[in-house]
Amino acid sequence: MSLIHEIDFGTPKSKSETMVTLTIDGNQITVPEGTSIMRAAMEAGTQIPKLCATDMVDAFGSCRLCLVEIEGRAGTPASCTTPVMNGLVVHTQSERLKQLRKGVMELYISDHPLDCLTCAANGDCELQDMAGAIGLRDVRYGYEGENHVFAKSHGCDNDAWMPKDESNPYFTYDPSKCIVCSRCVRACEEVQGTFALTISGRGFDSRVSPGMNESFLGSECVSCGACVQACPTATLTEKSVIEIGQPEHSVVTTCAYCGVGCAFKAEMRGEEVVRMVPYKDGKANRGHSCVKGRFAWGYTTHKERILKPMIRERIEDPWQEVSWDEAFNFAAAKFKGIQQKYGRDAVGGITSSRCTNEETYLVQKLIRGGFGNNNVDTCARVCHSPTGYGLSQTFGTSAGTQDFDSVEDTDVVMIIGANPASAHPVFASRLKKRLRQGARLIVVDPRRTEMVESPHVKALHLPLMPGTNVAVITALAHVIVTEGLVNESFVRERCDWSEFQDWATFVADPKNSPEATAIVTGVDPKLLREAARTYATGGNGAIYYGLGVTEHSQGSTTVIAIANLAMATGNIGRPGVGVNPLRGQNNVQGSCDMGSFPHELPGYRHISGDAVREQFEAMWNVKLNKEPGLRIPNMFDAAIEGTFMGLYAQGEDILQSDPNTKHVVAALSAMECVIVHDLFLNETANYAHVFLPGSTFLEKDGTFTNAERRIQRVRKVMTPLNGLADWEVTIRLGKAMGFEMNYSHPSEIMDEIAALTPTFAGVSYARLDELGSVQWPCNEKAPEGTPVMHIGGFVRGKGKFIITEYIATDERTGPRYPLLLTTGRILSQYNVGAQTRRTDNVVWHSEDRLEIHPHDAEQRGVRDGDWVRLASRAGETTLRAEITDRVAPGVVYTTFHHPDTQANVITTDFSDWATNCPEYKVTAVQISPSNGPSDWQKAYDEQARQSRRIAPVVEAAE
Amino acid sequence: MSSSPDKLVYMANQIGKFFQSQGHDRAVQGISEHIWKFWDPRMRKQIFAHLDAGGSGLDANVRDALEKLRLQA
Ligand code: SF4
Ligand code: SF4
Ligand code: SF4
Ligand code: FES
Repeated sequence: MSLIHEIDFGTPKSKSETMVTLTIDGNQITVPEGTSIMRAAMEAGTQIPKLCATDMVDAFGSCRLCLVEIEGRAGTPASCTTPVMNGLVVHTQSERLKQLRKGVMELYISDHPLDCLTCAANGDCELQDMAGAIGLRDVRYGYEGENHVFAKSHGCDNDAWMPKDESNPYFTYDPSKCIVCSRCVRACEEVQGTFALTISGRGFDSRVSPGMNESFLGSECVSCGACVQACPTATLTEKSVIEIGQPEHSVVTTCAYCGVGCAFKAEMRGEEVVRMVPYKDGKANRGHSCVKGRFAWGYTTHKERILKPMIRERIEDPWQEVSWDEAFNFAAAKFKGIQQKYGRDAVGGITSSRCTNEETYLVQKLIRGGFGNNNVDTCARVCHSPTGYGLSQTFGTSAGTQDFDSVEDTDVVMIIGANPASAHPVFASRLKKRLRQGARLIVVDPRRTEMVESPHVKALHLPLMPGTNVAVITALAHVIVTEGLVNESFVRERCDWSEFQDWATFVADPKNSPEATAIVTGVDPKLLREAARTYATGGNGAIYYGLGVTEHSQGSTTVIAIANLAMATGNIGRPGVGVNPLRGQNNVQGSCDMGSFPHELPGYRHISGDAVREQFEAMWNVKLNKEPGLRIPNMFDAAIEGTFMGLYAQGEDILQSDPNTKHVVAALSAMECVIVHDLFLNETANYAHVFLPGSTFLEKDGTFTNAERRIQRVRKVMTPLNGLADWEVTIRLGKAMGFEMNYSHPSEIMDEIAALTPTFAGVSYARLDELGSVQWPCNEKAPEGTPVMHIGGFVRGKGKFIITEYIATDERTGPRYPLLLTTGRILSQYNVGAQTRRTDNVVWHSEDRLEIHPHDAEQRGVRDGDWVRLASRAGETTLRAEITDRVAPGVVYTTFHHPDTQANVITTDFSDWATNCPEYKVTAVQISPSNGPSDWQKAYDEQARQSRRIAPVVEAAE
Repeated sequence: MSSSPDKLVYMANQIGKFFQSQGHDRAVQGISEHIWKFWDPRMRKQIFAHLDAGGSGLDANVRDALEKLRLQA
């Protein structure tokens, strides 16, 4: 194994299809028009010296090191800023060029510390490399003159010197090493889109400056790391590299946080991770990352991680550490006992969207084959189950239609109920890049999100009341139909025409007009009409949506309404358009694909279908139950009723992530055996009898499937600290229960999946190694996968329009609960925060806050930072208030990353009509000043403290 | 919300409301198909028992859909 070196071509790739031929150093080379001479040379294998150019950002032409000679042209143009032309004859090396380059280099070095031996970038420094490349042997100028290197010069303070900025927890900024190449500034603008950095001052006084001479932490910086990657020197360096040293080998793997699925190089020294660097060949992220994937992996070795299996008879007892075998036998005996006493259907399990496809597949196999029932569900239940239902009804597949590259061809982007800048940051960066090129943006969200407010982006914002998505989207359709903006030829060719007519008649009804629905939606009809016209007529229109769409009592209806809108305007079936769910967790798509739902086998095939079921029976050598099993909320109800008594939860903290915490506590307490398989003693583990320690994504092989249906490899870079990878744990648990599953490597599990699932037929580890990644369907018809779906026709045949009547949720405001609470996420934390809370990311978000409009706050006597009591019909909690007009009057907002907040004590158990996906996004609440934590919070804390005790190990006397 | 059968009645009616605008026949078809596809047998048994006990609270289309489903089962 060695370090993977990615070639830096110096300037970005040109997309032009016109080719140009030129001669560089006597070699003919043909490249697309718009390519720089520097890039053309590199493609031919010649590296022209450079400092300020790098291929993630546009050329700037400031360092003058990359000079070349062109026959017939005077002077020595910079190769990074000079485009190729037919017939050019270029020389990259000559006496004159050598002298010029040495002169440039001498100037740089004379203002640069010469402590290379102890510098963190030693071995990975472009300044060092270039000094070597151009043959710099001596520097004529001393350090006596003005410099940025020393704190003191001639015994006085040196005003040009600046101390290190170590405010960011993950990287340092050492201005004394800066060569002011502005690569960092351009990376922050062009790649990340945050514009946190500038070059302040001029000439010798030029400095890289976060914000207005702030610290990195105090500035707008979101810690994505793009500037650190771009920096050619040790000026911006990961603290982990400073501590450990340069890595010696690297392995490509996939981020385990969000549904973007960024590819990373895990750069290692032995089994220690030195740093995670985004991989340029990653097709989802194209070399970019966010703070979570890039830096927040320290949880993998956090001291609170549990590494030994534990059991206990009652949840009041302290945990007993035991061997793996004891834990498996204990769990198996409990589960078998429960099935004997209460029946075969009294146990079940939950698969995780954080685990690999292979692990998820095994858990559902264990439940269907080993437990003998279909009580398997997944955390996708509580986020994207309506996506599966809605898109399969209308289009015929339970997945998004595009790849992320598609955004580069989009002219109008409509974001509904999603905040990609926080939850899908790398996609947001790619989107913002497109918006800066002129694409238009429509945001449908109760809150003025970061997308609406981001620099150099102008958004048309429709701030609707929470819970009125269907009314707003149907009103958009109303405008499109009544103003004659339907793409009739598309609809006639690709969709069922008579269903379309029924639908068109329904949406055209004046009761669905923007004017008539404004009373409930709160959206200005003029803005809504403008949005509809823009989407229908502005060129390629793409819809991206998130949990603000799905987590409602009409979640599935909203997904259907979105699909209707895309079909009516012909925005389906080519690059730049489509309907794209932004999936929350890394493997939500995969866990759904792998048969995690109680009614479906892998590949979304109903369990009652005899042909499909028989295939699985033959492969698994077991008889399967043909009735659908319980969904998570149904499991809870059945537990309280006394018919569901045992649960195996892999990598999912249902107690913290599911709504109506009190109801979940009651359900878990009623069960006789809860098995939690996780990294940490999570909240659910407080009610568990068996704890099986989990492994992290760095410790196992497998695959994740991101929001674009892209299947990517997760590669093991270190031995599991807990001893077993998660797939091995499931196999051994099955074995203890008498159900044999034999695999020696996850690749064999994938082979079985491919053999049983037509959309995965072409997937294998060999294929993934060869292509890097594939998007399903991947089979004989599409051996390289399918970036864009429904080209030329819908998967289900004809696109299906379905009428979407707006039905107000039963969760209503009233005199006692006059405000509407909606929930969301922030950038630095992930989901229930179990991982990110155990990293330095807490510097950005140490607690959940309640956002409230100044008007509502004043009425209640609440000041910024005050503790407030937040009460709903389900329960109450306390947290601190943040007064902001990002939310409209009547609406309050919070995140749910911290267990102390217990935001789900507040949420009710209303749910989506089709899938029972809980209605997180609308809860009627009241707010009043408070002194601190509620009684429930205190009692809960006490129970958690008691429940987390681990009995000291008593050495047995020999 | 208390537990079943109230909750099941509520869920069934919620499904019914989605299909309402499609007219009686398609609604009954849609509702029964949905319940057959997504409800586990113990939930179906409970709602049938509730139907036998008079089926109070069930909307008309939902009631018809459940009758139809029971004949199939
Ligand atoms: S870390 Fe990212 S956001 Fe922060 S300054 Fe660097 S590029 Fe900009
Ligand atoms: S910090 Fe690094 S990338 Fe930025 S200007 Fe200085 S040397 Fe260049
Ligand atoms: S959390 Fe998402 S956006 Fe951030 S690095 Fe990981 S996959 Fe990429
Ligand atoms: S690399 Fe071309 S001017 Fe710096």
